[in-house]
Parts: sequence; C-alpha cells; structure tokens
Amino acid sequence: MSSTELLDQRASNEGTARIHRLLPSEPWEPVTLAAHLDQHGALVQHPSSEQWREATVGEIERAGLVGRGGAAFSTGRKLRALLAHRGRPFVIANGTEGEPASMKDRVLLARSPHLVLDGAALAASLVGAAEIIMVVHREVSESVDAALAERRRISLDSTKFRVVTAADGFVAGEASAVVNWVGRGVPIPLGKAPRMTERGRQGRPTLVQNVETLAHLGLVGRYGADWFRQLGAVDEPGTMLVTLAGAFVTPGVFEVAIGTRTSDVLELAGGPSTPIQALLIGGYFGTWTPASAALSAPFSASGLGVGLGAGLVVAFPAAGCGVLETARLVRYLASQSAGQCGPCKFGLPAIAEQLELVAQGVPVRYEDLTRWVDEIEGRGACGHPDGVARHIRSALDVFGHEVSEHLAGRCSASERRSSLAVPTQGVW
Amino acid sequence: MRSQVVLHIDRIACDGRGTCAELLPELITLDDWGYPIIADGPVPRDLGRLAHAAVELCPKMALQLRASEGDTRSMSKSTEEWRQ
Repeated sequence: MSSTELLDQRASNEGTARIHRLLPSEPWEPVTLAAHLDQHGALVQHPSSEQWREATVGEIERAGLVGRGGAAFSTGRKLRALLAHRGRPFVIANGTEGEPASMKDRVLLARSPHLVLDGAALAASLVGAAEIIMVVHREVSESVDAALAERRRISLDSTKFRVVTAADGFVAGEASAVVNWVGRGVPIPLGKAPRMTERGRQGRPTLVQNVETLAHLGLVGRYGADWFRQLGAVDEPGTMLVTLAGAFVTPGVFEVAIGTRTSDVLELAGGPSTPIQALLIGGYFGTWTPASAALSAPFSASGLGVGLGAGLVVAFPAAGCGVLETARLVRYLASQSAGQCGPCKFGLPAIAEQLELVAQGVPVRYEDLTRWVDEIEGRGACGHPDGVARHIRSALDVFGHEVSEHLAGRCSASERRSSLAVPTQGVW
Repeated sequence: MRSQVVLHIDRIACDGRGTCAELLPELITLDDWGYPIIADGPVPRDLGRLAHAAVELCPKMALQLRASEGDTRSMSKSTEEWRQ
C-alpha cells in the first residue's frame, strides 16, 4: 500500500459534512472510467465552434475558479489569454507537487484521474492545443497511464495525451520549471518573462495548470458556474483539497468548501492530536499564523489573511520550538534553491545558518538576519526567495516570544523533535 | 513625451561583477555577496545617461532599462530614448 493510500481520507468523523466533488466517497479504489461516466456522463465539447469556446470560457470566468497549485491566478483569465493567440499551444497539467508535505495532487490523480483528464481535455479543446502533457509525481504515473488506457479503448479524447514523470525538488513544480523539465529535462525555473501563455514550450503559448484546477474545470464544464459557486465563499468560490499534516489525529487529504470555519476543517483530520500553538498555512512557502486567531476564522485567504497556497495546513504543537522548526524548514528551502540567482544561492544558506544559530541559542547577528530576509525579496528569477522571505517573516512574528528567549540563550520548548516530514540532510 | 523607465536585472545572467554599482551608486548598491540591489521606482531623468552607461557596460549584459509597468512601449525604444 502506498503512502498515498494511507493518507487518503483516513478519518471518519461525524459532525463535519464531507464533500465529494473531487474525491470519491469510497476512498480506497480509483474511480474507473465506467463509474466516472456513470456519475457525470461524458463532457460534451465542440472545439470547432467559436461560440462554444467563448461561452465556456465565459462560464469558467463566472465560476471564479482560481489556480489550486499555489498562485491562485484566475483560470478564466489564463484561458482567455490563450484564446487570443494564434498557433497551436500546449496544455501542461502540473501534478509535480514539489511541496514535501503536500499530498493532495497525488491523492487526486490516484483516486479521480478522469476528472483531471477531462479538465485537461476541455482546456485543450478551448485553446486548440496540439498535445496535452501530464506531468505527474512518480508515485501516481502508473495510475494516470491506466486511466488513459481506459479512455483510449473507447476513443474518448480527440487530443493526444502524454505522461511525463515529474522531477523531484521543491522548485520543480514552478510553472516555468515544469516547461523547462518537459522540454529540456532541466527542472529549474526560467526567467519571469515572457509569460508561459505567450511563449512556453518550444516557444509556443503554453497553458500550465495544476491538476486540481483541471479537475474543477472538468466539473464546471459539465455543471456550470452557478453549481460551482454553490459551495465556498462568495469572493473565493468552490471547494479545494487540503493536506492536513503535522499534529493531527489522522493527517491526510480532505476536500473542503472554502470559507468553512477553520476549526471544522481541522476536525476532518480528527482535530489536533496535542495542544497546538500555530498553523503553517499554504505550504512551505506559506505563512505561520497563531492557532488561537485562526481557529474561529473562515478557512479562506480573506478570512485568515494569508494565501491558501497549495492547501497545506501544518498543525504545530504548543510544546514545540517554533524557532527550531523554522530553522529546519529554511535550511531545507535553502537546499532547494536552483542556484541560478546570487541572492537566492548565497542569501538563503546564510539566512538558514543564522536561524540555526538562533535555534541553538548562541549569539548571532540578528540585524543581519532580518536585513538579509528583506533584501532577498524580489531578487530572483522565480518566486523562491520571496516565498522563503514571507515564511521567515511570519515565523519571526508568530514565534517572536520564542525568538527573544533564544536570543537570551534560553528555549521554552519541551519538545524538540520536528513535527514535519522535512527531508533534511542529517543536520538535525 | 518621454516614458518612465526602470532598471531591470536578469538575475540568472547576473554574476555579481559589481560594475553597475560602481557606475550608478545613486541607484544601485550591492548586497553582502556583491549582487546588485536596485532602488525602487523609475530612473530619474538626470541619471538617464549614467543608467544607460551602466546597461551598456555590464559584462554579463544582465542589466536592462525597461519601460515601467503599464507602458507598452518596447524596452529598446526607451533605451533608445536615453541615447538622445
């Protein structure tokens, strides 16, 4: 049994209504094509009709769907940008899932591959793509292959699909890095300009879309914008997959309506397994937020005041040392720099080192540390240094008391083990 | 009417030679590893010629002048304007 299966909706809690738009209610078996078509019917497409393309993109815009890979960019706007282009674009479904603690893209591809493939096929029909490239985590590439084989047997799709196993590494999931991986076998980001929608793979306009976003697209294409907006918050409509990791009774992947009370979201994983002091929200690029403030807030970007990123929520125990945990995470993030840009290549390890010294309670140049964090922001070809800077600032804020303790040579934590599966390299 | 221009660094190309900061210390400083930090905002008109020189003399051709956000005129056009 793979880790994906183990993590898939293990909790069965009464009280919190379970939502099953994307993930099946029977958690153990992937949804077969026959079952998928029984439930949803075939997704009707008229790629040669400009009227259909226009109406469908309009519906997607009205749904208010935004990317579920982390950047939360409007899917409708991205599609609209590609509609305006001549030439035959590529569609890349991004299931790289470089976030070490995130599992949701893998669980989705393992359980509901056909929704994702439907969404990719719909996107391809809308933009006139020549080929769809599924870039998926190696743990689920076989599931995706099997699902595509089912579809080929009944000639379901008119666009050609290709499966590429994703590269490992934190930055490998960034859109331009995915294009770079597919095209040249190099999983590192390209510069910011031009936009992928203008010039991506082979210099052609390229739609790079997270696999969960595509699954939602497969549903909006059938049921429309009003249906999509029946769940979720008014300004952040729909459902999303979350990975609940860290100090939970039953960590795993769950589907939630955006705007649900955060404490109810945490209950899906059986709630915290121990008193918690903070939540890391969004991903390793995410933002630490005090648990007390978050629990009663709606689980949405506006409710929590932080981006939901790729839907990762890490519960951090009250007994843990936030400084130590941050030092571990930042060392990992520093190790994941592609090393292309000086400020990231040299700045992140230096920052990580200072944080480690703070964690050990030895004297540091704290002013240098905070200045470096400010200085790296906006000075990379991709968003890696910006994400790390955001993470550290929130940590220094939320764990401010513990930082002061450490600067005075003390640590108030009773638990110094990590609550996260950070792939560290033996430092700690 | 002249458009506003901003300095842009190709961070992948830049390898921290520091030429730009020597030529244009008013707008460019170096971080602790020798990589440029650019002051926020557009290039003031009276520094246009110096900014252009810094762009021309970057050994990695990593420094550019670009039309500021929202200005659709091309980069080369605005660079051209500084020459005049």
